[in-house]
Amino acid sequence: MSAAITTRPPTAPVPHAPAAGGTRRRSRLRTRLELALLLGPGLLLFAGFVLVPICVAVYYSLYSWNGFGPLTDFVGLDNYVDAFSGEVFRGAIGHNLIIAALSIIVQLPLSISLALLLNRKLRGRTFLRMVVFAPYVLSEAVTAVIWLLMLQPGGFVDEVLRGVGLGSFVHQWLADQGLVLYTLFIVITWKYIGFGVILLLAGLQGIPAELREAAALDGASSWQTTRHVVLPLLGPTIRVWIFLSVIGSLQLFDLVWIMTLGGPANASTTMATYLIDHGFKRYEFGFGSAVAVILFIICFTFALFYQRFALRRDTDGALTRAVS
Amino acid sequence: MARRNTAGYLAAFAVVGITVVPLLFVLLGGFRTTAQINSSPAGLPGPWVWENYRDVLTSPVFWRLLWNSALIAVIATTLAVAFGSMAAFALSRYVFRGREAFYTLFTLGLLFPLGVATLPLYLWLRQLGLLENPLGVAIPEAAFSLPITIVILRPFMHAIPTELEDAALLDGAARLGFFWRILLPLSRPALATVSVLAFVSSWNFFLLPLLVFNDSTNFTLPLGVAMFQSEHTQDTAKVLAFTALSMIPALTFFVLAERRMVGGLTGSVKG
Repeated sequence: MSAAITTRPPTAPVPHAPAAGGTRRRSRLRTRLELALLLGPGLLLFAGFVLVPICVAVYYSLYSWNGFGPLTDFVGLDNYVDAFSGEVFRGAIGHNLIIAALSIIVQLPLSISLALLLNRKLRGRTFLRMVVFAPYVLSEAVTAVIWLLMLQPGGFVDEVLRGVGLGSFVHQWLADQGLVLYTLFIVITWKYIGFGVILLLAGLQGIPAELREAAALDGASSWQTTRHVVLPLLGPTIRVWIFLSVIGSLQLFDLVWIMTLGGPANASTTMATYLIDHGFKRYEFGFGSAVAVILFIICFTFALFYQRFALRRDTDGALTRAVS
Repeated sequence: MARRNTAGYLAAFAVVGITVVPLLFVLLGGFRTTAQINSSPAGLPGPWVWENYRDVLTSPVFWRLLWNSALIAVIATTLAVAFGSMAAFALSRYVFRGREAFYTLFTLGLLFPLGVATLPLYLWLRQLGLLENPLGVAIPEAAFSLPITIVILRPFMHAIPTELEDAALLDGAARLGFFWRILLPLSRPALATVSVLAFVSSWNFFLLPLLVFNDSTNFTLPLGVAMFQSEHTQDTAKVLAFTALSMIPALTFFVLAERRMVGGLTGSVKG
């Protein structure tokens, strides 16, 4: 996902020996055919199953429609108005934003400190890295089921808390309306923290050791070196991580769907669970499409602004460059 | 220095604990009875019970889920890598008008959450008669994997020296021959990376199979785990065994392909 931000498209034209005289036209035709053959299947697949459905969603969103029969009940922007005037959907947007904010406030410092620690010459470093990354490889479904079982009332988590004398901390982790979102956030952190750590470790390895040594020679303490040399140099990696993390938080679905279905009483509904709930459970295809378009616009706006203002100084991104 | 490393080891120890304990809870829980688990959720197996794992492994359900997941992941990966490498070849080594526009179109795909497309995609698959069909999941998954495939392959293919291409063309090879016989073999490391990424994302995909499959004989592993859990809420031990077994393919694959996966993710970020 992130690659779009940093990959520079090749600019140097590929030299191609021009064919002589009469064969030139034939060779040009041949090149066209080759291009059609090479690009055609990918474009068809991409357009047919990604681009067109997204555009069609915009069209559906203007109708009141249950997914069957012709679209006749044109309602204009009513679906959008309805979505925003509903408390549940506004709540869902809020939940997505809370998760995104918590990710930056909690996961980022945690990932950075873990990456800094794991970057030291510890024994078994390779093994450590694999362990940290392992939850990221598990499917969301497996993660959700594992934590669902661990968090059962009177289950593993409760017993461990009681065992270490923190019995008063035992809660209805997934049934308490005020708590469920934060419980989910902890599960999300468990699953995705490894990704951040691995990214940041890769970033740390790109920092030449000479820089740290030079700072140390100049009398900088280890904290000063980290704060004024290492962190600024990690900037590009951190900014990419924030981007991925926010987009991921906005699209949160699988974990929530399996663990709580957005409940109890919509306390953990996200935009995506709201969309699937209305689209597929209640057959409100027009309304569901409007929600999908809103979700898309939020992600897209964030992506554009973030590219412009945060990522731009790191690299000239493929996206912004092509758009401008 | 020694003090700092102690802190490092302590932190490492904590991280390993927090990561591994839930996994051990599942693996070991599968060796207990539900009664054991209920009476002491954090205990160890005593006595060790093999029935849960045996039951799961001898019932056709688990193997069918595994087969469905594997079939879909293989089809999706093959489609994404085949079409993606062809497109990346055209976009990296041909000069034509609109090349950058095409490339931008594909990169835009990185921003589209699948959720946005699901409702129309579902109706479209229904029209094509692809509901309850592995292709109904594999084809859209391939389409959603195309952007990252192209974005990783294009710079890689571009970096392969033009002299090689000129030499091949002078020797009378056609450009497509150059692509097939020289460029693709040389791109093997990048191809491995994009294959691993496409395979893993298909393997873990939840939303699309959830919508496309109603009949549980078509379910993939992630759907199956969620279903098994909700159907056997009283039999925690069996659910743990089932979940443990369904983690194994992904973890094994990860151990084998760790370098490709991590390298691919970090590499694509570093650019």
